Amino acid sequence: MNETMETSTEHPHSRVPGRTKLDVFGILARFAPLIFLIVLMIGFAIFEPRFLTPLNLFNILRQVSIYGLLAVGMTFVILTAGIDLSIGSLVAFAGLVAAAVSKGGISNRFTVGAGQEAASQGWYLAALAAIAVGVLGGFLQGFAITKLKVPPFVVTLGGMSAWRGAALLFAAGGPISGFEPNFVWMGQGRIFDQVPVPVVIFLAFAVLAHIALRYTRYGRQIYAVGGNPEAARLTGLNVPAITTSVYVIMGFFAGLGAFVLDARLNSAEAVAGTGYELTVIASVVIGGTSLFGGVGTIFGTVIGTILIGVLLNGLVLMNVSAYIQQIIIGIIIVLAVAFDTFAKSRQRVG
Amino acid sequence: MEPLLRMTSIRKKFPGVQALDDAGLEVQPGEIHALLGENGAGKSTLIKILAGAQQPDNGTIEFGGEHVVMASPHDAQRRGIATIYQEFTLAPNMTIAENVFIGREPGPSVFVDWGKMASDTRAITDRLGLALQPLAIVRGLSVAEQQMVEIARALSMKSRLIVMDEPTSALSLAEVDKLFRIARELKAHGLSIIFVTHRLEEVMQICDRYTVLRDGRLMGSGSIKDITIDGIIRLMVGREVKALFGHRDRETGSDVVLRVEGLNRLGNARDQSATVLEDVSFEVRRGEILGVAGLVGAGRTEMARSVFGADRFDSGRIIIGGREVRIRSPKDAIHHGIGLVPEDRKQQALFLALAVRINLSMASHGQLLRWGVFIDETAERAMVEEYRQKLNIRMATPEQLIANLSGGNQQKVTLARWLALRPKVLIVDEPTRGIDIGAKVEVHNLLFEMAQSGIAVIAISSELPEILAVSDRIIAMREGRVTGQVKREEATEEVLMSMMTLSAKNNERNHGNID
Repeated sequence: MNETMETSTEHPHSRVPGRTKLDVFGILARFAPLIFLIVLMIGFAIFEPRFLTPLNLFNILRQVSIYGLLAVGMTFVILTAGIDLSIGSLVAFAGLVAAAVSKGGISNRFTVGAGQEAASQGWYLAALAAIAVGVLGGFLQGFAITKLKVPPFVVTLGGMSAWRGAALLFAAGGPISGFEPNFVWMGQGRIFDQVPVPVVIFLAFAVLAHIALRYTRYGRQIYAVGGNPEAARLTGLNVPAITTSVYVIMGFFAGLGAFVLDARLNSAEAVAGTGYELTVIASVVIGGTSLFGGVGTIFGTVIGTILIGVLLNGLVLMNVSAYIQQIIIGIIIVLAVAFDTFAKSRQRVG
Repeated sequence: MEPLLRMTSIRKKFPGVQALDDAGLEVQPGEIHALLGENGAGKSTLIKILAGAQQPDNGTIEFGGEHVVMASPHDAQRRGIATIYQEFTLAPNMTIAENVFIGREPGPSVFVDWGKMASDTRAITDRLGLALQPLAIVRGLSVAEQQMVEIARALSMKSRLIVMDEPTSALSLAEVDKLFRIARELKAHGLSIIFVTHRLEEVMQICDRYTVLRDGRLMGSGSIKDITIDGIIRLMVGREVKALFGHRDRETGSDVVLRVEGLNRLGNARDQSATVLEDVSFEVRRGEILGVAGLVGAGRTEMARSVFGADRFDSGRIIIGGREVRIRSPKDAIHHGIGLVPEDRKQQALFLALAVRINLSMASHGQLLRWGVFIDETAERAMVEEYRQKLNIRMATPEQLIANLSGGNQQKVTLARWLALRPKVLIVDEPTRGIDIGAKVEVHNLLFEMAQSGIAVIAISSELPEILAVSDRIIAMREGRVTGQVKREEATEEVLMSMMTLSAKNNERNHGNID
């Protein structure tokens, strides 16, 4: 007997077509990250002339490209109302495995100069290894979430510890460094002597992810599962398979990110990626993806990622201490979610 | 005698619906009073107003001889009115004693005097003749025991009036007897009880007086001694079937599309041993609308969800087009041509944050694929436009969020989602719940057209006029069993109501035509 609750939410005559108002607030909310980014850039440009140079802007993009790759993967996860806290650790582990592979195997991994002459294919074997580790790790976590029905927060918190342990075990002898030049180029090179390679990788995969989410059946299903899992199930979607798949995708991007990180640093170490999950989740959320699932875009995530990069870069140029930067990032995450919740309540009422 | 409670001329309007229109209720001290009415008659709204959970637009409440305003649930409790809803409000991980005294724990300042709380609780449970340990955790109790904890809480608040909403719906026969014994004892101590219930046999057994609501109005009130079950049913359903709800005669095919045989299911979320479905069998033919009547909790929705693969079932066969099929998920059911429009649109069907277009096509991506993975949005827009016209869906643009459509138009989009799949069987659960009268008629016409096009339709509804208007044949359910079947020509609200409310045994005697 809940007839009152049912009827009280109905407004039979209030939604006549043609009477849709121009929703200024809604439009503002949708483009808020972009507007904020532009305002921030103008602000920094006024206070610090060095900010708005092509060199600095490409530097920012290069700095955020690994976060960006991870954030693209994280967007899939958060769209299903999930979360992945394990990515920093998974990046470290996948990065070490990739580094060892590029050096011709585990036994050679600490030999200086190993793999240099072996072959110039070292880099793509390394990439495949990193991605394989990431995908497998993501699948295991997705499996635990859907089959063992452990909440994503808990599974990936466990993963955060387990992958870090695996990385420490693997790197018992310290960092693995000194890769073949082609590998290093993937992280340090520039195309046309201008555009950093990691930026190209980041933007290329962002475009692919955008196409997948926006134009494919699979993308639709992710929004459906995130927006209303019960309705998705009753519409015939395979909710566990879709849920598992987003953690596999996250793992793919963790592997790819690990590969690019190795290349950029020309080294892999067990403490790599520490704290990445926070920055990455912040980028996704600031980009307008709802932690409650079902709402968000890759475009927003790209903007959110760049926004964090710009913020950090600008603060560095203005000589703000790294500790204060952390405080600012923390506050911005909370404000972004508060804004999301506020926008949602506006929608319900309006 | 001065009544304990007198509610007069209560009105309450919700957007689009006049839930209460001149409703009233009078309860004497020391009586058990039955508050009766069909689903949607306004009983829940009336008790929510009494409990202070909602404010009336109009009308007066007198309690214990003085005019009162129930400003909040706390206010109502303070005045001595305790309400026990169907969904209990106990904290499952706390002890019985904590639940009984929640918010009023005895003890100095912020500390809790556990000894006193336990002994006070025991005093109450002893008075009720209950063998409950005050420090037992509520989660481990049966539904009946939890109900007793709610009653103990009401007594601890020195309540003078206890309102119980469908108190027996989840209880076994023995538990019902126990509840009634306690109710009589409370009555003997001068307390009054309001039973909101659908079970008329129980009303005759335990209640002293009755009040019947219909369409938010007070239809009648009096002593149980002076009325029969038939008389109560007449008061409950006595409206003329609205002319709007016309039946349309049509040809029904002869081939059976779906046959369900001996569906059994034991155990729900609250109770592992509850009988949810017991030996449910029926069939539905091509082009036929099979109505399923029953009260809330009769097992209609559970039957639908089992056939559709949304819930498991323990045993039974589902036969489609003469072949037994295995259905373990909605995906399987859809594969075999079964669709379900669920009872709760917002929770179970809609993706509120997505556009109308995306909602409408969600089940039929298979028809819209390009290169195996991409959705052909041109074809999709054409599909949406086709159903917008066919179903007269009123929207500003297909890109509008579905959350911004009216309930009726949301329901049409849900129907369109399934029609686009060309199902053999479509189950619609409460297809017109919460939508306004004009849209109701449109939905009914859609059901007729669907049947006309050869779909076998199963229509579940709590509204008898709706069942009578749309169905070719009607089965009634009660307590997980099919308790009767009638052709539309032979069906009246009275016949259906008795099949829905009387026990199965009585029905076999009265209507013995379960085939």
